[in-house]
Amino acid sequence: MAALPAIMKTTAARLSALYLILFTVCAVALVFYMTSLSLRIFTGQTQISVAEEVDNLALVYRRGGLPALVRAVDRRSRQPGAYLYLIADPNGRILSGNVEELEPGVLETDGWTQRPFWYQRYGEPAREDRHRAIAQIIRLPNGMIALVGRDLGEPERFRHVVRRALMFALGVMGVGGFLIWFFVGRRALKRIDGVTVASRRIMAGDLTGRLPVSGAGDEFDRLSVNLNAMLSRIAALNEGLKQVSDNIAHDLKTPLTRLRNRAEAALSGRKKAADYREALEGTIAEADQLIRTFNAILMISRLEAGYSAEATGEVDLNAIAADVVELYEPVAEDAAVELSFETPGSTEIIGNRELIGQALSNIVDNAIKYSAAETGKRKAALKLEQAESEVHLSVTDNGPGIAPEDRERATERFVRLEDSRTQPGSGLGLALAKAVMRFHGGRLLLSGGDGDGLTVTMAFPRKDGSR
Amino acid sequence: MKILVIEDDREAAAYLEKAFAEEGHTAHVAGDGETGFTLADTGSYDVLVVDRMLPKRDGLSVVAGLRARGNDTPVLILSALGQVDDRVTGLKAGGDDYLTKPYAFRELLARVEVLARRAGAREGETVYRAGDLELDRLSHSARRAGKDIALQPREFRLLEYLMRHTGQVVTRTMLLENVWEYHFDPQTNVIDVHVSRLRSKIEKGFEKPILHTIRGAGYMLKAD
Repeated sequence: MAALPAIMKTTAARLSALYLILFTVCAVALVFYMTSLSLRIFTGQTQISVAEEVDNLALVYRRGGLPALVRAVDRRSRQPGAYLYLIADPNGRILSGNVEELEPGVLETDGWTQRPFWYQRYGEPAREDRHRAIAQIIRLPNGMIALVGRDLGEPERFRHVVRRALMFALGVMGVGGFLIWFFVGRRALKRIDGVTVASRRIMAGDLTGRLPVSGAGDEFDRLSVNLNAMLSRIAALNEGLKQVSDNIAHDLKTPLTRLRNRAEAALSGRKKAADYREALEGTIAEADQLIRTFNAILMISRLEAGYSAEATGEVDLNAIAADVVELYEPVAEDAAVELSFETPGSTEIIGNRELIGQALSNIVDNAIKYSAAETGKRKAALKLEQAESEVHLSVTDNGPGIAPEDRERATERFVRLEDSRTQPGSGLGLALAKAVMRFHGGRLLLSGGDGDGLTVTMAFPRKDGSR
Repeated sequence: MKILVIEDDREAAAYLEKAFAEEGHTAHVAGDGETGFTLADTGSYDVLVVDRMLPKRDGLSVVAGLRARGNDTPVLILSALGQVDDRVTGLKAGGDDYLTKPYAFRELLARVEVLARRAGAREGETVYRAGDLELDRLSHSARRAGKDIALQPREFRLLEYLMRHTGQVVTRTMLLENVWEYHFDPQTNVIDVHVSRLRSKIEKGFEKPILHTIRGAGYMLKAD
């Protein structure tokens, strides 16, 4: 029974105890109410029969006066199961009847006694618990006092029976409550033990572990299912984190090594002041690039972890795109890329101007960088349009494009497809754009454009969409 | 210029103190939020450079406390937190500018100088002048040596910003923030291309250069 204390501590046990107490209180109250009600009915009936007897005796008295009354009382007193009779003189001295002694003060009342009183019948042994009765006291014209009453023995017995029944019922309830609480509590405890064991295993590092689901569909199952979903999300985030740290290790170590080598080279040998300056400037440029990469990584992580909702509001995609086009126009012109923008006009969505602007800049930047000269005029075309339940903002270049099998990979962090290794950049542009789109509840789509080019589409949910 | 640097990283604070001194400014350093608040409240500084995370009292609370006391000394908040909402909370607390760590000293210096000059802001002036260059903010027109210069709206805003800070270094990120209202770091030299276009418009055909490139920092509009 070592498990007992643990069971006592369970919620089931506490609830059972609470219910038990509640039921007990209710049962006791009910029994008391019913007892007092029954007693009142009993007393009422007793009063009626006493009143009838009083009527009978009154008749006798009216016909034969006091002597007839005394005779009738004497006769009736001797019958088995008799009423209580008593005739006393004005001083309270008992003249006739079957009452030997009674509670003092009863004879002073007139009419019904206020409450049950004790008495002692003639010829009966005196007992510890004396009989109780109710009576009507009648004052006769000559000052004599007559009492007609009835023993309350029966109601007393009833009360006793009820009390015993109550005790029995309470006993059964107690045992039942204990049994229910023991079994329910133990069952709950068993389930929770299962969850505890599973979660210990998971805490020990096995993130693939899941909590047991019994299939009963009860609240324990619902809890386990939810916790399992949470674990899956944590595992996914953890996997992402691991991948990022691997990538960081790889992609940040390379420039860091370069940085270190540069500083080392500057220190070795005899150098002119101009050489030092050049080395230091190179170091700063390298450090800036590192910081830029690092900021992009942080931003992607923050976006994937979920951004604070207050960062978004109503924004006009048309205005954002126009701003970005305007920002990149001179660069595009210098690179001999024709930058165009086709738009239906103001298109509001819920979003963050800064993030969308940055993502679009990255995409436009790529389009300008990679649009190839081979196919004649270099182009980068922006297009804003309403799709079914989305708003599409696409950028199409006429560069080499990305092979379908590489497209998925192209939006991963740090992935720079082989052909682009020679171009400057952190390899985070599309990954950042993808994170921004996920943050907006949208998607980043890559597809083939006209000719061999690439179309990158930012698909936003509509402002009035069911998001 | 008198600058108060509230920064708990001693090395960084000492570096700033020295670097500001080399530029001819006086910088005082406070190592925690409480000291910083007391110094800023009692001393008269031109600019406060406040780190966001400080011992005893955090930077935003220091700034908010000063603003609540009616102290409107320009504040530049330094922070390792550089995301959009971080910047917004920083500026909401009463900061005038926000710079993310790590930063280049030239960037910090340029911003501090611009903030310090804010007191005598040229916001109210309708016509900016620098040498023979003139910009009319009401009619949205620019002239140099009496000759009209046709500017695109964005070029106008760019020139307006440069002229408002005539004689001061403005960095590329300051231009992106104030002219384009973006706070990210563009990957390519987009700003440089915009500036060089503007430069060709206001310098071509005129004898003296007026828009100067400051190596490693940014640009400065200045008539000799």
